[in-house]
Amino acid sequence: MVTNVTNLSRSGLYDWMAQRVSAVVLALYTLFLLGYLVFNPGLGYEEWRGLFSQNWMRIFSLLTLVALSAHAWVGMWTISTDYLTPMALGKWATTVRFLFQAVCGLAMFVFFVWGVQILWGI
Amino acid sequence: MSVNIAVNSKRPVNLDLRTIKLPVTAWTSIAHRISGIIMFIAIAFMLWLLDVSLDSESGFEQAQSILQHPLAKLVTWGVLSALLYHLIAGVRHLVMDAGVGEGLESGKRGSQVVIVISVIVIVLLGVWIW
Repeated sequence: MVTNVTNLSRSGLYDWMAQRVSAVVLALYTLFLLGYLVFNPGLGYEEWRGLFSQNWMRIFSLLTLVALSAHAWVGMWTISTDYLTPMALGKWATTVRFLFQAVCGLAMFVFFVWGVQILWGI
Repeated sequence: MSVNIAVNSKRPVNLDLRTIKLPVTAWTSIAHRISGIIMFIAIAFMLWLLDVSLDSESGFEQAQSILQHPLAKLVTWGVLSALLYHLIAGVRHLVMDAGVGEGLESGKRGSQVVIVISVIVIVLLGVWIW
């Protein structure tokens, strides 16, 4: 069977690129948010809420959610195709791998929708 | 087509990771994957914390008091350690994508640098949390 039918873009090269581009977005968001928390030790609710009410922060956060969804999918897909193999699991490998990927995809979709609700619920 | 010669040769190939002595590059690679899985599971925890903290004044205080709990501090340290290790090892990947540090020796050095920087950052992170 065609075993790479489940990858993100049906192309290893595009997946590779998506993983790199999303990684840069995730790194920037991580460093920004950690830096914000480190340099605001006495952070209060109004300030915290104010940050996430800013339009640029909503865009930045939504971009990060999209990047996270792509990045997590490519990563979990890579891991599942490397380790959930017939060598490790025998003849049920394809079924187990597909179910694992389905759970990952569903979880990531739930995380994405939840994240959007948080960002736009403010 | 040197690649095909290697693939088609009759030499025995062992890809069973459990029976191979792993070099330092393999350990940083596996740690990169494990830290990724840890974060994937932790997304739920982080989103929940963000949700509660942004919901209301009392929610913010609730999130703060949760993070003061010793066990929560340990989990936070673990998750953020995974995040920062993943980030540092990821930067090494981007550097290698640019063609730097891809060789056998430079690759090993790159892995060692990732480990040293990560240990320093994770210790500093612990100091910040406690």
